[in-house]
Amino acid sequence: MSALASQASQRESAAQARARAQRLKLLKNVGIAALIVLTLAIMLFPFYWMILTSLRSQVDNVSRVPVWFFTPTWENYQNVIARNNFLEFTWNSFVIAALSTGFGLVLGLPAAYSIARFKQEGLALAILVARLTPYITYLVPWYLAFRSLGLIDTYVALTLTHLIVGMPLIVWIMISFFENVPQDLEEAAFVDGATRMGAFWRVILPLSAPGIVAASILAFIFSWNQFLFSLVLSGPNTRPVPVAVFNFISYGQIDFGGLGAAAVLITLPVIILTLIIQRWIVTGLTMGAVKG
Amino acid sequence: MKSFSAFVDKNARFIFPLPAVLAILVLIVAPVVTNFVLSLYDYFVGGRAVYIGLENYQRAFGDARVWNGVRNTFYFTFTAVPLQLVLGIAIATLFNRDFPGKGIARTVILLPMVATPVAIALIWALMFNPSLGVLNYFLESLGLPRSLWVAQSNLAIPSLVLVDTWQWSPMIALILLAAMQSVPAEHYEAARIDGASGWQSFWHITIPSIRSAIVVALILRAVDALKTFDIIYVITEGGPGIASETLNVLAFKTGFQFFHAGYAATLLIFLMFTVLGIAILLNVIRRRV
Repeated sequence: MSALASQASQRESAAQARARAQRLKLLKNVGIAALIVLTLAIMLFPFYWMILTSLRSQVDNVSRVPVWFFTPTWENYQNVIARNNFLEFTWNSFVIAALSTGFGLVLGLPAAYSIARFKQEGLALAILVARLTPYITYLVPWYLAFRSLGLIDTYVALTLTHLIVGMPLIVWIMISFFENVPQDLEEAAFVDGATRMGAFWRVILPLSAPGIVAASILAFIFSWNQFLFSLVLSGPNTRPVPVAVFNFISYGQIDFGGLGAAAVLITLPVIILTLIIQRWIVTGLTMGAVKG
Repeated sequence: MKSFSAFVDKNARFIFPLPAVLAILVLIVAPVVTNFVLSLYDYFVGGRAVYIGLENYQRAFGDARVWNGVRNTFYFTFTAVPLQLVLGIAIATLFNRDFPGKGIARTVILLPMVATPVAIALIWALMFNPSLGVLNYFLESLGLPRSLWVAQSNLAIPSLVLVDTWQWSPMIALILLAAMQSVPAEHYEAARIDGASGWQSFWHITIPSIRSAIVVALILRAVDALKTFDIIYVITEGGPGIASETLNVLAFKTGFQFFHAGYAATLLIFLMFTVLGIAILLNVIRRRV
């Protein structure tokens, strides 16, 4: 009888322990979910605030207590686009990013192929050092050179300097892509009488198309975001968006809504491009140290 | 024509990288060499260059503003990077499991590091605003005193560290997450059977398995933190006064606001050696671990 009772109570306490373990597990999962949501909220908040600011009227934007709910207005966007030549600055940014990415591909693709095929690690390292060196180191001599050549405020100066941002990126991403193209395919092309240039152009590059797209988009984003070179080397004819927006706050009274709208307009293209190639972002930012 | 392509084929290893090598020589090596030459001259942009030997270097060593820049650079870097490492490990651990919306979560934490830095800096500047900024509203809601953020000298760098940490902890997290996902599940299974707690397997399995990824993340982040320019220049321009003026910002002002090109070149050489020196040092450590 007592043995039975103790068995029953044992069963009961085992059930209780299971229930407790389950409760603990649930609690842990709720805690983890809360932490994940908190992390994401912190990461997103400045973007959320940027959008709110861009859609609020100036009166609401300078309210001492933040106005969370309001009727959105497009006025800030209209002002930024109409009054501040925003489209012109966007065009400048686009031209500089497209040109520097294009030249980056022309110079970088053959170099990356050569590094991958002939194991030229010294060259790869030299290009990495270029990425590690502070960009401002190059800027004083360039400024003096472009100034004496009369090239300040030209697309030439900006494209050349942005090339330094884009080309190393393209090389480092493409090295791993080219390494993955089977050498047999290339040799088959040689047997068919192709020259190395021909094999590179007709076999290697088409097979590496996804990598080329990812590398190009990354180089484009980095040029689009570039501030330092543009700050010094651009002028009224070539000013890209980041510098235009920076000047926007330096002169006169701060127009919060306009600032928010401008920030949204610069960031939006980057975010769209990021969504396309998100797998490659970390690879690009770490110069291939981490594979996507 | 045939002999030309035969020539190209035979020398492909030199001809293919040649354009990139030339670009590097002109765009990167030449400016670095020019800096060395410039640093030996007293030269203002548009003025006459006077050879002064090592006087710029002597002057830099005695220049309190340079030392202030060095101090700020290291203060910023060595506060931001360890903080980001801890948060990066925490976020990676948090995300290293299956949960609904995992893909979206990973995309969300990419956003701070790809968004245009100038835009980000401007939004943080608005949020820092002592009278109208939303951050003070949050502090007040939590019953905490308002802060001057970047407007107060001794808070300027910590506030900038906050922005940098928001921006870059996710990169460390994603690097480490990739490393964590390649730790074989059997290792954890074996540890669990041996009765290891979650905390124990984190310390004895996860951390040792990802230590080389940790060092890679540290190298990349330290190098970039030392040369942070955009957020500092946009949010504080090195201010209040020179309270958040890093070497990078000081060199920029010396070159492009005071137009003292010779002295700016001297500071840039110093900055370059600092950054490359730390990169090499960390790389040596990487080979040891």
